[in-house]
Amino acid sequence: MTGFRNDTIAAVSTSLTPSGIGIVRISGPEAFAVGDRVFRAGRAAGPDAGPDAGSEAGQKAGTGAGLKAAPPAALAEAPANTVLYGHIMDGGEPVDEVLVTVLRAPHSYTAEDTVEINCHGGPHVLRRVLELVLKNGAAQAEPGEFTKRAFLNGRIDLAQAEAVGELIGAKNELARKASLDKLRGKASEDIRALREQILYEMAFIEAAMDDPEHISIEGYRGKLAEKLVGWEARLQVLLEEAERERVLKEGVRTVLAGKPNVGKSSILNLLLGEDRAIVTDIAGTTRDTLEESMTWGGLALNMIDTAGIRDTDDPVEQIGVDRAKKALDAADLVLLVADADSGIDDEDLRLAEAVRGKRVIALLNKTDLTKDGGPEGRSGDGEVHASPAETAWAAAAGASGAGAEPIRFSAVDGTGLAELRARIEELFFAGKLEPAEDVWLANTRQRQALAAAKDSLGLVRGSIEAGMPEDMFTIDLADAYRELGLILGEEVEDELIDKIFAEFCMGK
Amino acid sequence: MADVLREKCDVIVVGAGHAGCEAALACARLGCDTAVFTVSVDSIALMPCNPSIGGSSKGHLVREIDALGGEMGRCIDATFLQSKMLNASKGPAVHSLRAQADKQAYTRRMRQTLEAEPNLRIVQGEICELLTGEGPDGKRRVTGVVTASRAVWEARCVILASGTYLNARCLYGDVITHTGPNGLQAATHLSDSLRALGVRLLRYKTGTPARIDGSTIDYAKMEPQYGDVPVVPFSFETDPAAVQKEQELCWLTYTNETTHRIIRENLDSSPLYTGVIEGTGPRYCPSIEDKVVRFAEKDRHQIFVEPEGAYTSEKYLSGFSSSLPERVQHDMIHSVPGLEHCRIVRNAYAIEYDCVDPQQLQASLEFKEIAGLYGAGQFNGSSGYEEAAAQGLIAGINAARRIHAQDPVTLDRADAYIGVLIDDLVTKENREPYRMMTSRAEYRLLLRQDNADERLTPVGHEVGLISDERYERFLAKWERIHAEVARVKAVHVGPTEDVNAFLRERGSTELKSGASLADLIRRPEIDYTAAAALDAERGEIPGDVAEEVNIIIKYEGYLARQELQVQQFRKIERKVLPDDIDYLQIRGLRLEAGQKLQKFRPATVGQASRIAGVSPADVSVLLVWLRGSGRDTEGGAE
Repeated sequence: MTGFRNDTIAAVSTSLTPSGIGIVRISGPEAFAVGDRVFRAGRAAGPDAGPDAGSEAGQKAGTGAGLKAAPPAALAEAPANTVLYGHIMDGGEPVDEVLVTVLRAPHSYTAEDTVEINCHGGPHVLRRVLELVLKNGAAQAEPGEFTKRAFLNGRIDLAQAEAVGELIGAKNELARKASLDKLRGKASEDIRALREQILYEMAFIEAAMDDPEHISIEGYRGKLAEKLVGWEARLQVLLEEAERERVLKEGVRTVLAGKPNVGKSSILNLLLGEDRAIVTDIAGTTRDTLEESMTWGGLALNMIDTAGIRDTDDPVEQIGVDRAKKALDAADLVLLVADADSGIDDEDLRLAEAVRGKRVIALLNKTDLTKDGGPEGRSGDGEVHASPAETAWAAAAGASGAGAEPIRFSAVDGTGLAELRARIEELFFAGKLEPAEDVWLANTRQRQALAAAKDSLGLVRGSIEAGMPEDMFTIDLADAYRELGLILGEEVEDELIDKIFAEFCMGK
Repeated sequence: MADVLREKCDVIVVGAGHAGCEAALACARLGCDTAVFTVSVDSIALMPCNPSIGGSSKGHLVREIDALGGEMGRCIDATFLQSKMLNASKGPAVHSLRAQADKQAYTRRMRQTLEAEPNLRIVQGEICELLTGEGPDGKRRVTGVVTASRAVWEARCVILASGTYLNARCLYGDVITHTGPNGLQAATHLSDSLRALGVRLLRYKTGTPARIDGSTIDYAKMEPQYGDVPVVPFSFETDPAAVQKEQELCWLTYTNETTHRIIRENLDSSPLYTGVIEGTGPRYCPSIEDKVVRFAEKDRHQIFVEPEGAYTSEKYLSGFSSSLPERVQHDMIHSVPGLEHCRIVRNAYAIEYDCVDPQQLQASLEFKEIAGLYGAGQFNGSSGYEEAAAQGLIAGINAARRIHAQDPVTLDRADAYIGVLIDDLVTKENREPYRMMTSRAEYRLLLRQDNADERLTPVGHEVGLISDERYERFLAKWERIHAEVARVKAVHVGPTEDVNAFLRERGSTELKSGASLADLIRRPEIDYTAAAALDAERGEIPGDVAEEVNIIIKYEGYLARQELQVQQFRKIERKVLPDDIDYLQIRGLRLEAGQKLQKFRPATVGQASRIAGVSPADVSVLLVWLRGSGRDTEGGAE
């Protein structure tokens, strides 16, 4: 095959769950060779056993899908669909006790030679196994690359590829539930109905253009403008629902922002520590924004710890700042951190203004150091309140309403953790973590289509307001119709022509 | 065999209707020795149905035919009785010229044009059989035809433009005649010859309304319909001054409840409803009984009364197609205001005929399986004079190019309405006579009737049907348009009292700071012509240039958006699918899609994507396969 890379790739191919059982998949022409470099078959694996320890045990390879007690010496020689028992070795040191599945092209998910290493030693071990595999000749797979290869090799069609992608991407129970409900959703019924209405209006306009002597379009534009307002409002609601779903599926993209040394990393570790959250590198993040993924109860959070954001003339530092800003732009939530002990200074305020416009929760960290009230005065009622400077800081970041007050926090003793969690749930799930009954999961492409459809309807309204002739309306109506069709996976074909003839009495 | 006639020429055109005439003229003008056969030399370029050329989207086709060097535009400019720009109050994409024709004048002029062509012979006679042989590549190719008199005509290319004559039968009530339109002789043998060659045929149906004696109409009860002043000609070559003349009137009247009652009471005697008619009728041109049944909520339907020609008082009743029995037709016509006492000259009738399933054709209109054989016009399952002429022109050009060993000319959906027409015919599963509509053209804002020359005259010139002299004039016109657009964008208008008074007067917002003249032209209340008042520098600008400048400025944003859509479209449109693909062997392609593709053998991925039963996922698989097999090539469409 030409046109896409066909080197050997590897990645953790299961979602990282707290249980720690996971698969490292190696796919490509060198899959067996790479696997053999790190795998030693057999029970006798010990610190000094060589890669051929398995064959010394004299066990025979079997065929079929079952676990065989007699693995062959090398993966390269194993028959297809064999499962081998053994150890992953780093030099002489065993890293994990594993089962390895050998799949031969084209009878694998990617239709390439594939080795799947089932690890048991927990997430950190899983990551170490992957690193070993990468060191031994495999390239890190890009997100979705296995599925892409499966598609390019003709194993699955586009729709299947997308569905698989979504399943893989479903990071927690809530998202999984939403995935299953996808096609039952009321949302898709709504979209179908809206699409039908758009088609009717297009057919009317077209009929009037085609047969102006029989069909009058007088006074039509006002009526259409009213309908457009309603349709756009409905799409807006769907978009907001879809956005909520994205958060459910992909997690709340959270950025920790703050000056150096206000304790961002400690907060990150605290959050990751709770619930034994899983830490993993996510491909594509930059060196200076460390991205971590965690599940916190049923909630997926992607934490991005950014380099301090500030004005700088240093070109190298500027790159880091730009990256941090980019992470901020994409964030759903900013945890703005300041040091309660040393107090709020101008730089904290500048940072607060920099994150304004995002959903912000302000954390006053290191309260464990300020048991006596810190640098600012405290009220005498035993309750510790934010000082005016601290409140001004939170306000500068645009934190408002119930969340206006900064949370007094301590990464050392966990003060404020419950409050933080409650705030996040309030902000993103209106206090409830159950998806609504009419949930339907929108993938990125579907969300884009939804937004594009709404934009197109807006353009039609713009054309009406600009006094454009009616036939110009159908250009953007057709776009909206097409985009909504993409969501439902429907083709356009000759629906319009059929509609014109079905609804309007034409000519001669 | 000694006493049968044997003749030889380059191209034979079967049929001298609107498709046949354009095909024959194109071939002859491109240097091919051409013979055109007709069952009646007196019926060359006959208009057996409506007495008009053009109309919504059909006007576009006529302009495109003209831009490529065809004849229809020149012919109607010389013979029209009334002319109108439809949709003039709407956007420029749907403006469409329509002219009432003097039928006999049109026929006569077209015949004279054919006769004046030195490479062209007109022959009266029915073609009964196609002769084929095996080409050097092992593929079947056409070698000639046999006439009803057993004469053998050898030819390297044959263009079938048999219209509605193949196995035609005309019906109203229980009356059936085995004739072509207007009682002309049908062609009864060619269908069998085609079937013997493995060609799939369809059976289509269409109809025409009654004609009445104009001197028996009470015009006082009807609304007059006037032509435009000034008249805009179809052809680039027609001097606008030459078409300003006294125009004939058309008239508008309506059916009523009485008419509808008569129709409902007699539905059981309509061959459409009794099942006598088997052919598939067009939905866009329903008979009056169809309209009354399908749109029962409408209490009246429009009837336009149009002249058949200046030579006769006969009138055409547009909107009154029917195949009801003669007595019922008389009753229903007499129920219409103005027609109470009219005399009926010809009854309405439905006509059934054989045509080819056009999915057997390539975009060049050559048969996929028979080299040198082309189809055009109603034979290809279209309807309408303009659709026919457009196909005739393309088939003629490509037959001539085949003779000269040149690559065929094909137009895509973003090039022209002609491209949309042919693509729809050859890739989609049509079940009724195909009529052009503006809604079929996805990129219609770019495919306007006003810029047909910009889109296609370079092609016509390249092909050899547009003279150097005309091409130079065309280039000069567009140079002038682009220069004027640039100038208007650069003209600055200040917020002076004069300017604001002008804006106030037109109900437009006053200027607070300066603006470009182009900004003001974009306002709905103002256009390029009106903006002359603010444009001291403007020289003498011809009407066609002014029209173009106005459109380019006013709709700039929309035009740019469509250009983008076209770029997207062309990405897959021009990816060539090699001839020898075995679709059933492509992994990942659904069986249904594989079978469809195997059957229709599309030329490009774009064409494949429009075949019913081929899903977007199948198209992705095709693209992947092309890339994977290293056969990913861009075709030169055109």
